[in-house]
Amino acid sequence: MSEQRTIRLTVNGASFEREVEPRRLLADFLREDLGLTGTHIGCEHGVCGACTIILDGDSARSCLTLAVQADGAQVQTVEGLGTVDALHPLQRAFREHHALQCGFCTPGMLMAALDLLRKHPSPTEREIREGLSGNLCRCTGYEHIVRAVRTAAAAGETVGAETETASAAPPREAGAGAQSRGSARE
Amino acid sequence: MKPPPFDYARADSVDEAVSLLAHHRGGAKLLAGGQSLVPMLNFRLLHPALLVDVNRISGLAGIEERNGALRIGALTRHRQIEVSRAVGDHFPVLRTAVRHVAHLAIRNRGTLGGSLAHADPAAELPMMALLLDAKIEISGPNGPRRLEAREFFRSALTTALDDAEMVTGVELPLLPPATGWGFEEVARRAGDFALAAAAATLTLAAGGKVAEARLAIMGAHEFPLRIAAAEARLAGEAPCSGALGAAAKAAREAVEPDDDLHASADLRRHLVEVLARRALESAARRARELAAQVTGGRAP
Repeated sequence: MSEQRTIRLTVNGASFEREVEPRRLLADFLREDLGLTGTHIGCEHGVCGACTIILDGDSARSCLTLAVQADGAQVQTVEGLGTVDALHPLQRAFREHHALQCGFCTPGMLMAALDLLRKHPSPTEREIREGLSGNLCRCTGYEHIVRAVRTAAAAGETVGAETETASAAPPREAGAGAQSRGSARE
Repeated sequence: MKPPPFDYARADSVDEAVSLLAHHRGGAKLLAGGQSLVPMLNFRLLHPALLVDVNRISGLAGIEERNGALRIGALTRHRQIEVSRAVGDHFPVLRTAVRHVAHLAIRNRGTLGGSLAHADPAAELPMMALLLDAKIEISGPNGPRRLEAREFFRSALTTALDDAEMVTGVELPLLPPATGWGFEEVARRAGDFALAAAAATLTLAAGGKVAEARLAIMGAHEFPLRIAAAEARLAGEAPCSGALGAAAKAAREAVEPDDDLHASADLRRHLVEVLARRALESAARRARELAAQVTGGRAP
């Protein structure tokens, strides 16, 4: 059997040190070892997006990342967004627009939307749909979710101060040429 | 769906990664972005004794222009390729292709080297390596070697890499001026693996005839293909709709798709012809526009 490894990482601003088996998925580590059950596990092969978290400033599938790989990393989960009393602007927009029904996909949707808005603070409708296309909602409440993200983007308060450093937002490139799907992405 | 047990080592250098691979001959796998490897582990399709994590090897990621080529390190993430100004300036076809790869959260992690070594027959980056005549840089126990992309892909999920070798980067020779491009893909849902895709570049000579045409296909064969018959058909010709259509037909004849859950072989053959024609038409249109700019606004 494989040897346990010690990992140290920061999750939602708090430092943790734990022993993990190398095969421990980051999603299971967050849920089982740290008790952060806000991150949901759906398909376990990267298709549904429910387990999306922010890893060192970029969205990632926590079911496709090993906990040992997150040694030294900064992780943000849905628990790091807002609190019941002080919702994150994205969470507020989701509530206002009825963007959650059963709620299972919501943590992943929120984290995917967060990464999208950090990289594209003023996304087009198409960019929002594209940015959320890796997240499945089996209640099919997509229209409301898109509307919530559009509202949050318009309010312009979702982009945290860490944006430029953490995700190293690239400069917009001019003259990108036509997109094969006619997208307005830069 | 949890991975089977394996041991884990973090390599700090290419030499260390290669020697770990050599030591565990066949029993070790490299872990880069993990976006294909970890699902396979979760499904227990693989049972490696050891995963060698290459994510912390310094100098393995990055994009730089040198000696008439763009060099992209193996650990460069799809997202970095997508937003790279150098890639956008020199290889807009590559930037367009990479945007078809899965979704943002996957592109944030997935790497160029991982995609090439995994060699999925419906993955965009292997097709791009083939289209752009990539030189694939490989390190192994006997030192470095370079392979042409067309020698690298052998069959589905199978490359010319030895058990103890790893991809360290690719070099993409810059395209001549007046080279247009086209990229066309059909997938059931945005971000899914393609049912089929086609990519083309077309370079015009001074008289408006085709100096060089390249056409690559994926998703409809056990590995990405360059369509030599189509390229030969176009060389020296005016890129008129008849010639482009004939080249696209050659692509249809070159592929050997299988029926599967997602599409019949007939549908895939049909898609190959249609997508190849559209990619070639886009490439020809862009090449004419570029040539017109060079000759002061007059289309050749």
